[in-house]
Amino acid sequence: MTINKIFRSCEEAVADVFHGATIMVGGFGSFGGLPIDLIIALANQRAKNLTVIANMGGVGFELSKRIKPEGYHDLGILFEKGQVKKFIGSVPALGGMPPTSPIERLYNEGKVEIEMVPQGTLAERIRCAAGGLGGFYTPVGIGTVVEEDKEKKVIGGKEYILELPLTADFALIKAHKADTLGNLVYRKTARCFNPVMAMAAKVTIVEVDWLVPVGELDPEVIVTPHVYVHRIVEVPK
Amino acid sequence: MKRRLDELTIALRAAREFADGSVVNLGYGMPGLCANFIPEGRTVFFQSENGMLGYGGLATDAEKDYEMINASDQPVTPSPGMCFFDSASSFDMIRGGHVDVVVLGAYQVSAKGDLANWGRPGRPATGMGGGMDLATGAGRVIATMLHTTKEGEPRIVKNCTFPLTAKQCVSLIITDLAVIEVTREGLVLKEIAPGWTVQEIQSLTEARLEPAADLKEIEL
Repeated sequence: MTINKIFRSCEEAVADVFHGATIMVGGFGSFGGLPIDLIIALANQRAKNLTVIANMGGVGFELSKRIKPEGYHDLGILFEKGQVKKFIGSVPALGGMPPTSPIERLYNEGKVEIEMVPQGTLAERIRCAAGGLGGFYTPVGIGTVVEEDKEKKVIGGKEYILELPLTADFALIKAHKADTLGNLVYRKTARCFNPVMAMAAKVTIVEVDWLVPVGELDPEVIVTPHVYVHRIVEVPK
Repeated sequence: MKRRLDELTIALRAAREFADGSVVNLGYGMPGLCANFIPEGRTVFFQSENGMLGYGGLATDAEKDYEMINASDQPVTPSPGMCFFDSASSFDMIRGGHVDVVVLGAYQVSAKGDLANWGRPGRPATGMGGGMDLATGAGRVIATMLHTTKEGEPRIVKNCTFPLTAKQCVSLIITDLAVIEVTREGLVLKEIAPGWTVQEIQSLTEARLEPAADLKEIEL
């Protein structure tokens, strides 16, 4: 077989991300499942006008020092570098933090657009795209700002909102192990948004702690089948 | 002695609501503290919306693993029988009614049990996270909150003025001054902090409170 999904570096794996691309980024918050090496490679690659779909907008390097004194990078680096035009997610900024995360500053200056999506609706909109569905009806958001301008339907006496699928040009994913075909397993809560995003993009790029030969992973525990994975980079931790 | 309960005591009181064998989700902030106050003799399965069921308590510095965190980004400890799943499956569990209790922080709760817990004036970029899904799907919603703002304004109000999380979802409110049940007839004052009177609590509450027949002091 001539298909080779293995890339030597994160820089090579994200080299063709273009200006204006829509990118899903796995993970949950600042830790545990964030594909941080791919994010930093994208920050250095400098693609602009990106639409980023992720659960959280990141706190950025300055605010991160409140959590770990030495500071760390998260998704905030893409906002710090001015690469993002629009963010779609459930927690652009944290209410418990000062209003100085990169995304919140840019939003307040009118320099970035935000589409706020309830977290479960975010996951399901992505799963819809992954599975070729045109949308779904959910009760989440009824009576709130989320229902504005959306089709509503009463099913079995209960009110629901129509939510539409979310797809992307690229997905940046963090997994624990991949085999060289691209089958993936995750570690603990670092799974979170990664499996569903891995299934929903045109090009899925994965950074893994371990790359193993085909046959090494127990087929019963593979979470993401290789058909969804296009590029793999091993970043030993 | 007249004082307001601290956050740990509010969490302790909230944790007494967890029935043996129940599945409980703890929201961002103060609710997370409930993990360390499970009443003796009861088993509670904590669900975390980032994809975990059945974790232990909060991890000490030596135990920290940043690939095992709760939804507040805090490392937690393992517990036998725990399991992991992805975000889409996690919210199936939540929307589908498989989580018995959720404890959420609140900026405001209304007389009808409407909850506002994610947006406030001047902070348009803060998000609702999983709060709307949890408030809509969980079997029972407990709101833990401070009774008033720093300026002394009531947070238990006739109608919420902050953006809503979900309508008519809260069943119990636990504050630093009182425990209040939301009923179809309105808010029922069940317990009050030591040293406070019903009149004092009412004067700090915009919505009308009906004292319960068995009104008592919060046991500390």
